Amino acid sequence: MKLKIAAKNIPLLATISVFVLLFAGSSFFLKGFFSLQVFINLFSENAFLGIAALGMTFVILSGGIDLSVGALIGFSSILLSRLIMDIGIHPVIAFAIVLLSGVILGTGMGCLIHFFNQPPFLITLAGMFLARGLGFVIKMEAMPVRHEFYKQINALSLPLGHTAFIPFTAFIFVILAVITWYISLYAKFGRNIYAMGGSEQSALLMGLPVRRTKIGVYAFSGFCASLAGIVYSLYTFSGNPTAGTTLELDAIAAVVIGGTPLIGGIGSPIGTVVGVLILGVIQTSIMFQGSLSSWWTKIVIGILLLAFILLQNLFQRKL
Amino acid sequence: MPLLAMKNITKTFPGVMALDGVNFDLCSGEAHSLVGENGAGKSTLIKVLTGVYRQDEGEILLEDKRIQPLSPFESQRMGVSTVYQEINLVPELSVEENLFLGRQPMKLGRIDWKKIRRMAEKALSRLNLQIDPSMPLSSFSIATQQMIAIARSLDISARVLILDEPTSSLDHHEVERLFSIIRKLKSEGLGVIFISHFLDQIFEVSDRLTILRNGQLIETCEVSRISRLELVAKMTGKSIEDLKTAQPYSGKKGTNIGKREILKAERLGRKKDIAPFDLQLHEGEILGFAGLLGSGRTQAAELLFGLKQPDTGKIKREGVEVSIRSPQKAVQYGIGFLPEDRKTQGIFPDLSVRENIILAFQSKKGWWKPLSRKKQELITKNFIETLQIKTADMEKPVGQLSGGNQQKVILARWLASQPEIIILDEPTRGIDVGAKAEIESLIHNLCSEGLSIILISGELEEVERNSHRIMVFRDKVIVSELEGENLNLPNIMKLIAEGEANPRETIQA
Ligand SMILES: Nc1ncnc2c1ncn2[C@@H]1O[C@H](COP(=O)(O)OP(=O)(O)OP(=O)(O)O)[C@@H](O)[C@H]1O
Ligand SMILES: [Mg+2]
Repeated sequence: MKLKIAAKNIPLLATISVFVLLFAGSSFFLKGFFSLQVFINLFSENAFLGIAALGMTFVILSGGIDLSVGALIGFSSILLSRLIMDIGIHPVIAFAIVLLSGVILGTGMGCLIHFFNQPPFLITLAGMFLARGLGFVIKMEAMPVRHEFYKQINALSLPLGHTAFIPFTAFIFVILAVITWYISLYAKFGRNIYAMGGSEQSALLMGLPVRRTKIGVYAFSGFCASLAGIVYSLYTFSGNPTAGTTLELDAIAAVVIGGTPLIGGIGSPIGTVVGVLILGVIQTSIMFQGSLSSWWTKIVIGILLLAFILLQNLFQRKL
Repeated sequence: MPLLAMKNITKTFPGVMALDGVNFDLCSGEAHSLVGENGAGKSTLIKVLTGVYRQDEGEILLEDKRIQPLSPFESQRMGVSTVYQEINLVPELSVEENLFLGRQPMKLGRIDWKKIRRMAEKALSRLNLQIDPSMPLSSFSIATQQMIAIARSLDISARVLILDEPTSSLDHHEVERLFSIIRKLKSEGLGVIFISHFLDQIFEVSDRLTILRNGQLIETCEVSRISRLELVAKMTGKSIEDLKTAQPYSGKKGTNIGKREILKAERLGRKKDIAPFDLQLHEGEILGFAGLLGSGRTQAAELLFGLKQPDTGKIKREGVEVSIRSPQKAVQYGIGFLPEDRKTQGIFPDLSVRENIILAFQSKKGWWKPLSRKKQELITKNFIETLQIKTADMEKPVGQLSGGNQQKVILARWLASQPEIIILDEPTRGIDVGAKAEIESLIHNLCSEGLSIILISGELEEVERNSHRIMVFRDKVIVSELEGENLNLPNIMKLIAEGEANPRETIQA
């Protein structure tokens, strides 16, 4: 009996131990790797991936998938550049417009999926092409943002002792992670997502608001993806219609490595955060190492993903 | 003024008229049963009432106000609480969460998990369920899950409570418990709609009943004004004279039990599931397993079919020791198993009736030797007739049949695969009275052709009526074996109920 409860946590524990192992291994082999700042930078450098992956977590928990997040990052970032530089809108208002457009796209996709009973894969694939295409309509190439507000925001960072500081982008990621975790555990919306992912038929017959939940999940993912676009813009001081290309796949990988299987119903946003950190550690240590090509990152991620899928399979059969 | 009225409800599915101008009403403080054969339209009526389906015609009035719920979510809000025929809970989530999903108590804008725990304990104890509410639902038996579903529905403060075959896997203690709660709710002014194929239960709990046949309303009347026989006649459309000659199934047990020991277990057991037991099964014999829920009957069967591995003992198939490590192995040894939990184990809802029935036979024969279409159709047609499977045609997806008819399809699948031994765990659950008798006589026919059967049923009358020999289970121990003139209902009940030190000595054949 006791064992079964533990079994529920096995994927998360496995994820955390893989992260610790990777971090410890890199610290051991790579000179100068072990420091607080390197750890913190995992959060800031992967903030936009992480933010998109948190939105993706809810979608996957509900039993769906969202392929549009990468394209939405590109669209949001280039839209910001145009709004701020060409039209001259204040960044804060531009942010609001971008977030709203992300939510609208997400809601639209959610409605199509629900009302026309279409597979999320196809609808969000269409959403991906739409967002990517619109990005290029706004502007064909990258465009910088020069604005005092951007500088002020980037200057906001919390010093930690003398040696380290937490950049603004890391903050956004961590705050969003806490919010999604809270929703997943303490809001009805969050629990309905789990129920729907477990069995949509049951959720419906139990009288849960399936429609609202389903559309809400895609709206939330759209919100997260456009927030990720904003963070990208803040982080790079630019917008780019090609930004976030194939990022949706990294986000899915982070979610799955974080212990949320694609069938939905089990998992947690905490796992996703660790999943993102694992991807980050791999990337950082390969950069630190210096001689390996960055494509090795992909190879290691591929292997890890496979390992985790096999592990989840094993654990599900046990249950 | 009735609490609820459904007027002239019509609902068609492609090829079927599931409801044809049905009127139904429910008063407050009343328990009203819906009765009818499998596929009569009972569940469809419930689903129209609760917004799962939308009627083609007709209207629904709740307290004289016209309502049109568009989803179960809305109907729940209007004060209608429902347990559907299909168990509708989420297996991955904990028991407590399943009880309160959608109406969790909140504190400072967040779900109050501590309160959920307390409320869950209360809700479970109301039904005498002693289980750990933090465990995932999937770790419990089908009967416990059914009780949890009932607990959930009772805890919703409602004006109308609907129970669609809530008792199909419960034993009589739990049914009694449920009924006493229903009576209490009635006295508080709730209206209860109850569906069951157990006529005893219908007569016990309900005030009025409504009979449906083929989607049509036959009659609504007070329970005290109708006899059992009349009821069955109206349900089936047969005349009372016909029924008198055919009903109840005469229970002529086959007499040609062979001497050949077809299956034997020696000291077979598994810790926590079932104490070591001996078992012999002869050719053409029906061996009954009787006992309460959780007494170990299903667990013993699972060992024999390789679903679980024994820690002690051995199994012999025709005198040769065999190791049954998996169900595949069991099938190779000619053993079939109709599982208790058929809703999740075994139905392929998108495959047609024919494909579902042919499946086990074909896989036993080998996929490289496909049955001709004609042969498949012949077999299917045969079973559709003998089991009275109600379907528009044999190419209809099984998911669209009524609950009871889905059960019949799975039963047909196992019978079609022509095993030498078949374990039937609750073969007639959810199946209407008429078809029940047909199934029983089919079982006996197969037996006289040499098939050996282990029959598990919570309905003691059913085991008693059909078995040549009975093993009685109590608290995970086989306490006795009854045979010949000792095989009668009072003896079985006595053995199940009593906790005698060594009943094996007290009753001997
Ligand atoms: N979703 C569906 N699609 C097509 N036909 C359906 C569907 N649901 C039910 N039916 C048909 O409607 C008829 C009535 O089914 P219903 O489930 O109401 O029967 P029931 O009285 O509840 O039977 P049971 O006692 O077996 O549960 C059946 O012929 C069934 O095949
Ligand atoms: Mg039904």
